[in-house]
Amino acid sequence: MAPEWCSRFLKFPMNNEPKIHPWQKVLDNPWLLLVLGVLIPVLSYTVWGWIELLLTKPALLP
Amino acid sequence: MSLRPLTSPWFHAPAGHEKIWLGCAILWCFVMSLMMPYWHFRGKQNSTGEAYTVKPADFLARTEKFVAANRVGTYQNQTGNALMGALPLVEPPAGGDAYLIGRMWQWYPALRLRQGETYRLHLSSLDLQHGFSLQPLNMNFHVLPGYDHVLTLTPTSKGEFTIVCNEFCGVGHHAMSGKIFVE
Amino acid sequence: MTTASHSLAAPGTPGRICGTTGLGVCLDAQRFIKLNAVCGIVFLLLGGIAALLLALTRWQTVHLLPVDWFYRILTFHGINMLILWILFFEVAILYFACTTPLNTRLFSRKVAWASFLMMITGAVMVDYIILAGQADVMMTSYLPLLAHPAFYLGIILVAVGTLTGVFNFFATLYVAKRDGAYEGSMPIVTYGALAAAIIAVVTLLHGAVVMIPTFTYSMGWTPQPDPAWYRLIWWGLGHQSQQVNVCAMVAVWYLLTHITVGARPINEAVCRTAFVLYVLFINLASAHHLLVDPGVGATWKIWNTSYAMYLAVLASMIHGFTVPAGIEVAMREKGYTNGIFGWVAALPWKNPAFSGTALSLVIFGFLGGITGVTLGTQQINIIAHNTLRIPGHFHVTVVGGTTLAFMALAYYVIPLIFQRDFIGRGWARVQPWIFGLGITLLAFGMSFAGSMGVPRRTWDIDTQGVFGPAAHLWLGVLGLGGILAFTGLLIFALLCVGTLFFGKKIEGRAMADWGTPPALAGSQPGSLAHEHYATKGTMVLTLIFLACFAVYYFANWKALADVWPVR
Repeated sequence: MAPEWCSRFLKFPMNNEPKIHPWQKVLDNPWLLLVLGVLIPVLSYTVWGWIELLLTKPALLP
Repeated sequence: MSLRPLTSPWFHAPAGHEKIWLGCAILWCFVMSLMMPYWHFRGKQNSTGEAYTVKPADFLARTEKFVAANRVGTYQNQTGNALMGALPLVEPPAGGDAYLIGRMWQWYPALRLRQGETYRLHLSSLDLQHGFSLQPLNMNFHVLPGYDHVLTLTPTSKGEFTIVCNEFCGVGHHAMSGKIFVE
Repeated sequence: MTTASHSLAAPGTPGRICGTTGLGVCLDAQRFIKLNAVCGIVFLLLGGIAALLLALTRWQTVHLLPVDWFYRILTFHGINMLILWILFFEVAILYFACTTPLNTRLFSRKVAWASFLMMITGAVMVDYIILAGQADVMMTSYLPLLAHPAFYLGIILVAVGTLTGVFNFFATLYVAKRDGAYEGSMPIVTYGALAAAIIAVVTLLHGAVVMIPTFTYSMGWTPQPDPAWYRLIWWGLGHQSQQVNVCAMVAVWYLLTHITVGARPINEAVCRTAFVLYVLFINLASAHHLLVDPGVGATWKIWNTSYAMYLAVLASMIHGFTVPAGIEVAMREKGYTNGIFGWVAALPWKNPAFSGTALSLVIFGFLGGITGVTLGTQQINIIAHNTLRIPGHFHVTVVGGTTLAFMALAYYVIPLIFQRDFIGRGWARVQPWIFGLGITLLAFGMSFAGSMGVPRRTWDIDTQGVFGPAAHLWLGVLGLGGILAFTGLLIFALLCVGTLFFGKKIEGRAMADWGTPPALAGSQPGSLAHEHYATKGTMVLTLIFLACFAVYYFANWKALADVWPVR
């Protein structure tokens, strides 16, 4: 019998366990969600916004 | 089941009514996503956030220079608002720059503008955050100390307009008032 | 597989079996659910008294509070409602969601105590310093307004304490999975709580980043942070904490519709994907507080306020379908198949947990969601920023939506966790309606006054001389709505407190049923599991919703087009 890790590379499961849809695997992973849920808002809202403020030029006031 | 773990695979694609609703909702989200960029390029009312950093003392000096160069009179407040008694009435050159200070507790100076002309209105605060709220048009922008917030503005209606403040700035906040006259 | 040491079924685990549901209850979690829920309701009552005083002041005819107390009580109201009531109750929900549905025990009692003690200490500090007149800065405490250092320190403690509770939640999930306390995927209620917890991490990180330098500035140790930077980061705390509320509220909808009607998610993948869209994108829209600000540009404003092309709004619209659809399917399976809406009449409207949930769903969806997306449109914000339209919006979302859903939940939490049946059951049945109607009136008053330009956070509108009789009329509606809402809130608080002291103890029996629709003769549970066109009623309701949305949205663009051109 091939080792269990082989089942990841084969199209059909090694044993009688039902196949889990890849999207279900993503949804079932709370740690992936935690990382993405922190990274995406922090980059899109906070970091980008902060950069915009830092790039504000001084007034000319002629 | 909402309260117990799911032990068998539960993924199946949307079907039937839920699929129809998903389609409608996605379409609506798409329409809304297009509206803001569309208005940014083709609409007349936008808030681009054009701003420059400035020291309050420098902005005050520039405003006083603007007042001295363009003053046309004095506005006497009739409402008995002790915090906004008399303001200099100033008319910027057509197509030019106007400077407006928000401070506890007035908008200084009063402005006279011409209908149909475009002005670059510079807004800043000398002390706290203020809310520039032009009534009865109900146009609202945020004003911060340390930032020169520039609005490229075209008055398209004539009359007497009052600027109220809609960001809390202390006990005189409710009486913080300004004026823009358009002729 | 390692020993299931954290399972509630393991020997020596402090747990009990619920006499009503048969589910396991971790006694540690139960203790902290009780502590946090009780504190939450205390802060709700304090914030509610403040609300009444404020409503009676903005109602110009009454104009109750003097100017300095108005701003003081407004600060108090914001903090107690948006931070304290909500966060304490949410920690209670998190402790429930990670234990009972997974049949596991809470990770650590010590961590739970640390969390609770930090939160309650911070809360008392903040409330004390506000009432002492040392923090008249509004909940937002926008620099350069400056409060006493204890204000900032108190908020930091509440934030760190909450983050500690969130850590306890994640640790419980991790250990439960590792130790095999449960098999398969966590249920939808826990999933919603997970989404809320992830957003809470983002929220509280922003809170630390903004509050710590502000605290050190207030102590005179560091220079003043830039006001525009402060706004950007503060709203990363301030709005994102409300997105935690949205997730928690939706999780509560799934929980209560399940308990009261037997609903289940019609498509687990769709519902869970909607929660994932929340987690990824809902926090972007904190940008809608900065839409008319200097410094941040149009592209940043448009992309972020759109929740990434409205993907997070899609998520709300998904839940707005799946929650009623779950109810409709459950009712049709029970045999209520008369016409398109026959099932609606047969719903348990006298069950306060159900009516609270239904009202929360309708108020949040029709009023809150539609106004929120519209006001958060970059250009439309020009005619709305800092007017009373903004509080008009958030009172229907946070109060009519989340608070009402949490009140509905209490009608089961108190019997099931505190193990006491409610007193005053007749009052309980009408309470959600009184509260829901009051908040709706309040919000209408605010929204219409605001669309006439009446500013928020302002003690008086007569000094300016620019607001006429119509504005005053709407402020009167605000006042009446506030009185009615406070009545509903007071009834709720008295019922809860009274029940804790005088409610009949439930020991070894099921709780007194609030009423669930009985299955009719010949009904088959699960019969519609593969029928995808059963939800005609929900389809009609959601299409009506979409029509209202479109009308309101485009009406606002038209109103915007009427003001002066500006860039």
